[in-house]
Amino acid sequence: MFLPAPTAASRTRRLPNQWDLAALLFVLGALAAFAHGAAGTLAPIDAPEATHLSLAATDLPYYALRTVMRMFAAMAASLLFTFAFATLAAKSRRAGALLIPLLDILQSVPILGFLSFTIAFFMGLFPGQILGLELAAIFAIFTSQAWNMAFVMYQSLTTLPQDLVEATRAYRLTAWQRFWRLEVPFAMPGLVWNMVLSMSGGWFFVVASEAITLGDATWRLPGIGSYVALALEQRDLGAIGLAVLAMGLVILAYDQLIFRPLVAWSGKFRFETTAGANAPDPWVLALLRRTRVLRRAAEGLGAALTAIGSLRLSLRLQPSRRHTRGGSRVAMGRAGDIAFGLAVAALAGLALWHLTVYVAAAVSWAELGEVLVLALFTLLRVAVMIGLASVIWLPAGAWLGRRPALTRLAQPAIQFLAAFPANLLFPPFVVGIVHFGLSPEIWLSPLMVLGTQWYILFNVIAASAALPGDLAEAAGTLRLSGWLWWRRVMWPAILPAYVTGAITASGGAWNAAIVAEVAAWGDTKLAATGLGAYIAQATEAGDFPRIALGVAVMVVFVVVINRLLWRPLAAFAARRATF
Amino acid sequence: MDHDILLEMRGCRQAYHKDSAADLVVLDDVNLTLRAGEIVGLLGRSGSGKSTLLRIVAGLLPPTQGEVRWRGAPLAGPAEGIAMVFQSFALFPWLTVQQNVELGLEAQGIPRAERERRAEEAIALIGLGGFEGAYPKELSGGMRQRVGLARALVVHPDLLLMDEPFSALDVLTAETLRTDLIDLWSEGRLPARALLMVTHGIEEAVLMCDRILVFASNPGRVEHELRVTLPHPRNRHDRAFVRIVDDIYGLLTRRAPTPGRAAPADETGLATPLHPVSTNLMAGLLETLAAPPYRGRADLPALASALQLEVDDLLPLGEALALLRLAELAEGDLRLLEAGRSFVDADTEPRKLLFAGALRTHVRLAATIRRTLDERWNHRVPALRFRDELEDHMSPDYAEATLRAVIGWGRYAELFGYDEDADQFTLEDQEVG
Repeated sequence: MFLPAPTAASRTRRLPNQWDLAALLFVLGALAAFAHGAAGTLAPIDAPEATHLSLAATDLPYYALRTVMRMFAAMAASLLFTFAFATLAAKSRRAGALLIPLLDILQSVPILGFLSFTIAFFMGLFPGQILGLELAAIFAIFTSQAWNMAFVMYQSLTTLPQDLVEATRAYRLTAWQRFWRLEVPFAMPGLVWNMVLSMSGGWFFVVASEAITLGDATWRLPGIGSYVALALEQRDLGAIGLAVLAMGLVILAYDQLIFRPLVAWSGKFRFETTAGANAPDPWVLALLRRTRVLRRAAEGLGAALTAIGSLRLSLRLQPSRRHTRGGSRVAMGRAGDIAFGLAVAALAGLALWHLTVYVAAAVSWAELGEVLVLALFTLLRVAVMIGLASVIWLPAGAWLGRRPALTRLAQPAIQFLAAFPANLLFPPFVVGIVHFGLSPEIWLSPLMVLGTQWYILFNVIAASAALPGDLAEAAGTLRLSGWLWWRRVMWPAILPAYVTGAITASGGAWNAAIVAEVAAWGDTKLAATGLGAYIAQATEAGDFPRIALGVAVMVVFVVVINRLLWRPLAAFAARRATF
Repeated sequence: MDHDILLEMRGCRQAYHKDSAADLVVLDDVNLTLRAGEIVGLLGRSGSGKSTLLRIVAGLLPPTQGEVRWRGAPLAGPAEGIAMVFQSFALFPWLTVQQNVELGLEAQGIPRAERERRAEEAIALIGLGGFEGAYPKELSGGMRQRVGLARALVVHPDLLLMDEPFSALDVLTAETLRTDLIDLWSEGRLPARALLMVTHGIEEAVLMCDRILVFASNPGRVEHELRVTLPHPRNRHDRAFVRIVDDIYGLLTRRAPTPGRAAPADETGLATPLHPVSTNLMAGLLETLAAPPYRGRADLPALASALQLEVDDLLPLGEALALLRLAELAEGDLRLLEAGRSFVDADTEPRKLLFAGALRTHVRLAATIRRTLDERWNHRVPALRFRDELEDHMSPDYAEATLRAVIGWGRYAELFGYDEDADQFTLEDQEVG
């Protein structure tokens, strides 16, 4: 069930063809590279080659490999987390009541601000080993990927089609079998799409988390991110160009080898009962499906996974809700709820108390006020930049979406731009600002949305292209045009997608503030007034209470804005403007 | 003990607990005995609890009260020997026909080779040979339900449960599938010892079943039990067949709630459940009824087949007309009343006035909503207020349906409006008076 079934005709011939040879070499090469990269992560931290970097172009492929491997390790962790977390939240009412709001908060935590804590933690776990640093970086990427995946999985688990659930029960599948037969496949399209989005977003963090200064110590994990950091320090524009090129190639390979095949493959799990028009397979998927050796390997893997899925393991994860009856159970449930609620409240109170004591020991109340003002500055930047991006990309996206030929060209380009870690593009801006003596307060702001603005454009194009043909025709025959057309036809059609894109973009912008509000070019340091700069400077000084304060304030801001602005807007858009 | 008895159900009651009011009873005091070798039909209106009963038998739902014994032992959860076919087919879109059919065997841990052999047998039996590798979305509705049947039959169940198995199919496809199934059954080739099916098609029930349990609604209970002894294959035009169908129509309409006889669920009569039938359909039915060949009086089975409506569509329509005293239901007939004739003869605006009058006089809920609106200074009332009151006397689904009905009718009559965003009744489009 996990991989495309072979067609009857292809069963007859099993001899390798010329593509098989190429594919085999490719696989072997990937394995060898993986082994080489993995060896590097086990070195002790003071071994000379463990954290030493050079700007030599020949070392760059190795650095790129290390970066990619971090990414995949984080993705594997995210997937495991997603399965466990979402299942627990969906199957246990009490756990769900706590875990889902928790997810919402976690989603708003600025990962880069958090990095310093995790480094301290993982270095403590593996003292003197590079593995600790690696794990800290992987954890940072994980935190940028896991939440939305867990959320979409949870959503699928709570919207399973009732008849299929009844079928699995009537045919007495065990919980394990149901998980692999119904729950995972049903979640697959959403999960894969979010995995792919998470990976795209993750490149930004993998680059940012490789070179870390914490107080007096600076660590550089071999990778593209730290290569760029070194190049910045040494004012080597050529090396930065090379790094950008290498990253571009990595993203291109990721897009072609993983993104596209995975999304196309997950279409098989789309829950639809009618056969739709199918887009042609991306070439990698076609290769997998048509190359004999690879396909056999894939089939074998698929069969193995299917066999695991059909094991009759019976993990009684869910309480047998269907046999609760009578009043005493209900009363017991209530008492349990109250006890659970009290326990959670006590823990939360304790955590708040500790945080307050910890922060208050180093920071005065007046500084809290200052930090709030700084947050308002950053809020202003985010608002203005999202507004600007919207003004530009809304009309552009709507226009592009109505032109299928252009859309086909634009979509992959924008996906590429969205995945490209924008922090690699900061140096040219910084050089420009330094060279022309521009105000960092204003000119550092665009960096915040450099990477995330594409989510707006991407979503708007998709929605505009998806405007139902009959509606477009009706608008044509009614001769709607200009402002009226925009207000009555296009705007409602793209509103839900725009809101989704804008939420992603603004969330990303807050996160990016930590790296965008400060910049350096050699010894020249630029900083804008804002919460991002505050956190960045506290990190550099190794000042944990101030990092905690800054991160906490940012979380509160993001959560409040989500609740007061984006949630109601998304609810409105979903109610009024869906077909 | 009678060895042929597969399932016994004694005093089963299904109620949903609601904190504010008494329990909402879906099924009350149901007794049922199923023997090997028979096809039993559960016939009733939507909401009469027949699907709930089927789910209790399937072990998907424990009854609130009462006892279910399967092959002599108490039933606890889905049992071996019971298989189910779903109205919506419930096929897994990511599994091929073969994989879907194998699912039940896989759950039993049957080795792969045997699984494949048995699945192929079932697939061939049900006429799906050649489609093993297809995905459900590539198949037509009829073929999909064949997959559903093969999936159920492959486990060789003692009891095959079918929940309105043909109602999602078009008329011709449904007929073919019914015939094929009955042929297999009469030839003894169907690997199942008894069939229990839920249906709302009277003809379907008479065509297939040896025994029909007719359900009454609110609360659902078995009101009549009929035996059909006609030999298979049965002929719809056979006089005995037609007589049974007529009888069942009579049974179903005799219980139709009319304003005089409907047992009020509350003191004010506010919470009478309503079916959201469209005013367009009501007008259409009245016009058809007034015109030849019916000229004011129609036999329901004839009307149903002429209009291609199932009982489930026709009866709520007739009941709505009866409630508004535009027509009346009696002994399997629908008769036009005086108000109904005036309605047919009138133009659009007078029709609305007449409808509004009928609505205020005969539907307490509509009258109350309008009166409350008139009393409010801003002529707006939250719908929540009425929803809460309805939910004290009926399930949330019924309450929602009732509200939707009254909103649709009130809008047509221009008695009141409804603002969906605010979830409020309004008088904004109406003349305040």
